[in-house]
Amino acid sequence: MRRKSALAAAATAALALVLSACGGGGGTPQQPAQSASGGAAQPAANVALSQVFNPSTKKGGTLKAAHSSDWDSLDPADTYYGYSFNFGRLYWRTLTMYKPGPGPEGATVVPDLAEGLGQPSSDGKTWTYKIKSGLKFEDGTPITAKDVAYAVARSFDKETFTHGPSYLNELLDWPKDFKGVYKTPDVDYKSAVEATDDTTVVFHLKKPFASMDYIVQMPMTAPVPKDKDTGAKYREHVISTGPYKFETVEAGKRLTLVRNDQWDPATDPNRPALPDRIEVQLNVNADDLDNQLIAGNIHLDVPGTGLQPAALGKVLPDPQLKARTDNPVLQRLWFVSVIPDTKPLDNPDCRKAVMWAADRVANQTAFGGPVAGGDIATNVMPPPIKGQQKFDLYQTPENKGDVNKAKEALAACGQPNGFSTTMSFRSDRPREKALAEAMQQALARVGIKLTLKGFPASSYFSDYAGNVEYVKKNGIGLAAHGWGSDWPDGYGFLQAIVDSRTIRPAGNYNLSVKNPEVDKLIDQASAELDATAREKLWVDVDKKVMEDASILPVVWAKALLLRGQGVTNLAYNEGQQAYDYILLGVQ
Amino acid sequence: MSFLDVKDLKIHFPTDDGLVKSVDGLSFGVERGKTLGIVGESGSGKSVTSLGVLGLHKGGRARISGEIWLDGEELVGATAEHVRTLRGKKMAMIFQDPLSSMHPYYTVGHQIIEAYRIHHDVSKQVARKHAIDMLGRVGIPEPARRVDSYPHEFSGGMRQRAMIAMALSCDPELLIADEPTTALDVTVQAQILDLMRDLQREFNSALIVITHDLGVVAELSDDILVMYAGKCVEYGAADDIFYRPEHPYTWGLLGSMPRLDREPTERLLPIKGSPPSLINVPSGCAFNPRCPYAERTEGKATTVVPELAETEGGHLVRCHMSRAERRNLWENEIKPVLETQ
Amino acid sequence: MLTYIIRRLIGALAMLIVISMVTFGIFYIVPQWAGATPEALASRYVGRAATPETVHLVAQKLGFYDPVVVQYGRFVKGLVAGAEYDYGAGVEQCPAPCFGYSFISGQPVWPDLLDRLPVTFSLAIGAAIIWVLAGIGVGVLSALRRGSFFDRLSMGTALAGVSLPIFFTGMITLVIFSYGLGWTAPGGAYTAFLDNPAQWAYNLLLPWITLAFLFAAGYARLTRAGMLETMGEDYIRTARAKGLREREVIVKHGLRAALTPILTLFGIDFGLLIGGAVLTETTYTLPGLGQYAILAIRNQDLPQVMGVVLIAALFVVIASLVVDLLYAVVDPRVRLS
Repeated sequence: MRRKSALAAAATAALALVLSACGGGGGTPQQPAQSASGGAAQPAANVALSQVFNPSTKKGGTLKAAHSSDWDSLDPADTYYGYSFNFGRLYWRTLTMYKPGPGPEGATVVPDLAEGLGQPSSDGKTWTYKIKSGLKFEDGTPITAKDVAYAVARSFDKETFTHGPSYLNELLDWPKDFKGVYKTPDVDYKSAVEATDDTTVVFHLKKPFASMDYIVQMPMTAPVPKDKDTGAKYREHVISTGPYKFETVEAGKRLTLVRNDQWDPATDPNRPALPDRIEVQLNVNADDLDNQLIAGNIHLDVPGTGLQPAALGKVLPDPQLKARTDNPVLQRLWFVSVIPDTKPLDNPDCRKAVMWAADRVANQTAFGGPVAGGDIATNVMPPPIKGQQKFDLYQTPENKGDVNKAKEALAACGQPNGFSTTMSFRSDRPREKALAEAMQQALARVGIKLTLKGFPASSYFSDYAGNVEYVKKNGIGLAAHGWGSDWPDGYGFLQAIVDSRTIRPAGNYNLSVKNPEVDKLIDQASAELDATAREKLWVDVDKKVMEDASILPVVWAKALLLRGQGVTNLAYNEGQQAYDYILLGVQ
Repeated sequence: MSFLDVKDLKIHFPTDDGLVKSVDGLSFGVERGKTLGIVGESGSGKSVTSLGVLGLHKGGRARISGEIWLDGEELVGATAEHVRTLRGKKMAMIFQDPLSSMHPYYTVGHQIIEAYRIHHDVSKQVARKHAIDMLGRVGIPEPARRVDSYPHEFSGGMRQRAMIAMALSCDPELLIADEPTTALDVTVQAQILDLMRDLQREFNSALIVITHDLGVVAELSDDILVMYAGKCVEYGAADDIFYRPEHPYTWGLLGSMPRLDREPTERLLPIKGSPPSLINVPSGCAFNPRCPYAERTEGKATTVVPELAETEGGHLVRCHMSRAERRNLWENEIKPVLETQ
Repeated sequence: MLTYIIRRLIGALAMLIVISMVTFGIFYIVPQWAGATPEALASRYVGRAATPETVHLVAQKLGFYDPVVVQYGRFVKGLVAGAEYDYGAGVEQCPAPCFGYSFISGQPVWPDLLDRLPVTFSLAIGAAIIWVLAGIGVGVLSALRRGSFFDRLSMGTALAGVSLPIFFTGMITLVIFSYGLGWTAPGGAYTAFLDNPAQWAYNLLLPWITLAFLFAAGYARLTRAGMLETMGEDYIRTARAKGLREREVIVKHGLRAALTPILTLFGIDFGLLIGGAVLTETTYTLPGLGQYAILAIRNQDLPQVMGVVLIAALFVVIASLVVDLLYAVVDPRVRLS
């Protein structure tokens, strides 16, 4: 599951108009199945990261998928899971989408409903998308720009659609009296989004925003016919715009999708739509799901978060099974916030002592090791982020920490014998608990005594570690934390966790980075027009944070994915951070 | 040969602690229309004897030897299935404590009907009629109504009558009553004993009454067998046992017999000590640790097992003392004490 | 008899009310003691990036700002008189008994319960038949051959059966019999009985056996102990003295009495299972009430939790009433008053 970052704040931050390099790039459609180089790939670990495994154009068959839990919602306005965005593209189409297929290109956006990428106005506050002609809903009704605008407007109602992201609520210039299409049906929302004609959708932003093409690949822009909109009940039968439509939706039990004969492949170069039918079983016992995936009873694990510990023990030692795995690095960092509000961590040297004393190998082991956990992180941005650079300001022998340097830092901060502080973690996450214990052990080597405190994950940020008052009162010095981005650029990843101006009384995700120099660099990066220069500035932000020593990176998360048996056309997509579900076929 | 003739019957149970010799060489006989009383304290082997006759001694672990002849048929060597067909029909048993001996979940009628239909291929209606008839004959008022009652709805005496009705339902030729009146109060006891006597006459069956209470057999029995530690210690006609008893154990039993003219707690000649363990039966005469006259036997009491010897006309006694000595003791020491008051 | 049943039903109703209050209390009041605000409660039902405004709207929509008593009253009113549900684009009537709508999915709870009941019932009935027959059969044989190899083997197996958790045996059996040998259906397979009885039985076979194994073990041990006790009773000797065949002695007289305590246990076990065979359904991915209960609790979805708790409690209450009534039929010494 991809972390759903609170990038709502992103929208409110001032942004210079920039076209991201990837966003501005080509809009040339490409058949992904043909992009595989050189015939059938041999089953070997990680092949699907760089090429299409088992490429095929053969249509037919049933793709059997399973989910260990259930969707938050199938409604494009009401869902916010990476897998849901990924899978949803089978039954919805949005203005843009991540380019299907493997490799770094997968993190770029290409048009979907739109003929090309968005056209920003000169002030960067208006974005115009032209949609293709010949598009139809599953009932044969033509899709017009109005349906897109309506879909965006209906997604505004967060009382009805509680799960979906609220980027567009924050970004667009909504009328003051607009409370959603159901409560205030008569209020005209054209100040935020409008269809100027049947093929033109125009977004009006409050402030300039460069990454709009990334935003509109999210399902809020999937068209919804107004006369079929049943509010919170629309999830029970979403009207398809993609190659598949729902045959049955049994909440909590199963979904079945069949071909949507109104979908015209001529308008859609991105989706090969190979299987005739897709069945998804819900709430499947997670261990059984792995077993069925191994045995070949099912083709696909929908959430795609990787194998359960029980299956890891079975897969890793078995060369044949291991050859069926892919082990990608995700756009996700597990880390420890080193909070300067708590004395003596207000002194940067004391924070540095923590950096030097930490045992990175032990931390990695706590998080599941190099395969199931992730690679040892030496800085904040994970490698899949565009322009990321790997650097290490606190290099220690074998990554196990340096007691001498830590003691020097302690001396410099006036605590030569160490100090005591509290570390928080989410008690229902065994890996964070193990991390806290590893930290406790490592820091004890230099005299820093940690008291460990676990809190429930559901209220971790609202009531505890993300609550400024609580942190100050209870002297929380370290906090286990994790972050993933919704799209793979520096802004998407860093802004919410390092910009001190996002800090509110409660519900914070930035727990520790309160450095004016960092904030200044963020503004600079956001205002930079040149993509290469901007990417470098984000690396500078990363470096500044590391110098500030207010974030101790732990691992760049990795997932161990297992390729289903009998699945064709399988590739790991950087944008989805999962297998690309729209490519899949069955033998 | 008598109607029931038991010869040298031995029933031994191997246990983890040793061999339990519950019945150890017992012989007796009963004729049709006659009554034999078997008397002894609990643990003397009298109940095991009766179960052995019916082939009900527990499980496959019991070792049984000797001969049991019933109406000319030997039962010890017969198949279990054959003995089963005789049970309830040719020989039946009345158990003590009818509350626990009758199934609590079935009506009294059901249990009698079941007993009848095992041996008679008749419809339930016919069997039911028979059950009502039997209940009437054992003196249960309104039998047609009570036939559908459950055992717990009966009084103790009624239950015992029902039990008797069940045992007699197939007109058995041998009836064994095991402590038939123990659980009942005195008046009911007398009624039940009267009933049994009447029924025995009516059915002309051979009756064995097993009891620890000589008073019960006094009214019923033609012959009496006194058992101690799995063996017969005295055997004779009822008159022999009551008026000319020769074994010190019988004297003890007579002395502890409850009588209407005495306080029940008052015991004239109590038998000291308690019955021996059947695993470690005392050597010599099994009764020697409790016998007040053991020292008169010149040490034989603890070394030699006394023979069961005829003292006169069918009266058998197992004692080391001479006949004259025993008679002397009875006439001069025991009888006067028993007759005081 | 009738007054007895009526009195028991009134007692059952009172118990259900208490259970519903306790469940409600655990849900609302306990977090309040811990300092949770209505917004904190509401934050469970929104996407993770929800803004404070979204959380506030949700708290309002779910009525978290009202006093708990008012919220409870609303719940009871829904049960008795039905309720209305605003799904944005319109208002839906939710007829009584209205357990409300899921906080997460917005689905009405009552149809879900009705939909899932047959699955749990199918699982329970099949397993019950197997475990009663196997458990009692093995128990009787063990008792009659006490100390034999069969007795020791079956009682050893029974001990294993009671000790092994179903999520372990369930996974093992699936891997062996379904994915390995291909004899049984994979996890997650369920067909309604009315659609295809053969497929229904085939799909449920493995869950039945696994679940039955767990219970059969206990029943075997209990039957064995009961038989050992009753076969030593005086009335068994009486039955034999009547000349009854040994088999009838065992079945009609011995087993009949030994089964009475088992009946009680069975009633309660079966009632509990109908309320949801939680582990079995989760292990085998059967969409029954047990799985529903686990999901409801995991999601802290109060209307679903209330629905499934009350249904489960209802079944236990009914089962215990039925057991008591049956007891009076089976054991004439018991009189209901």
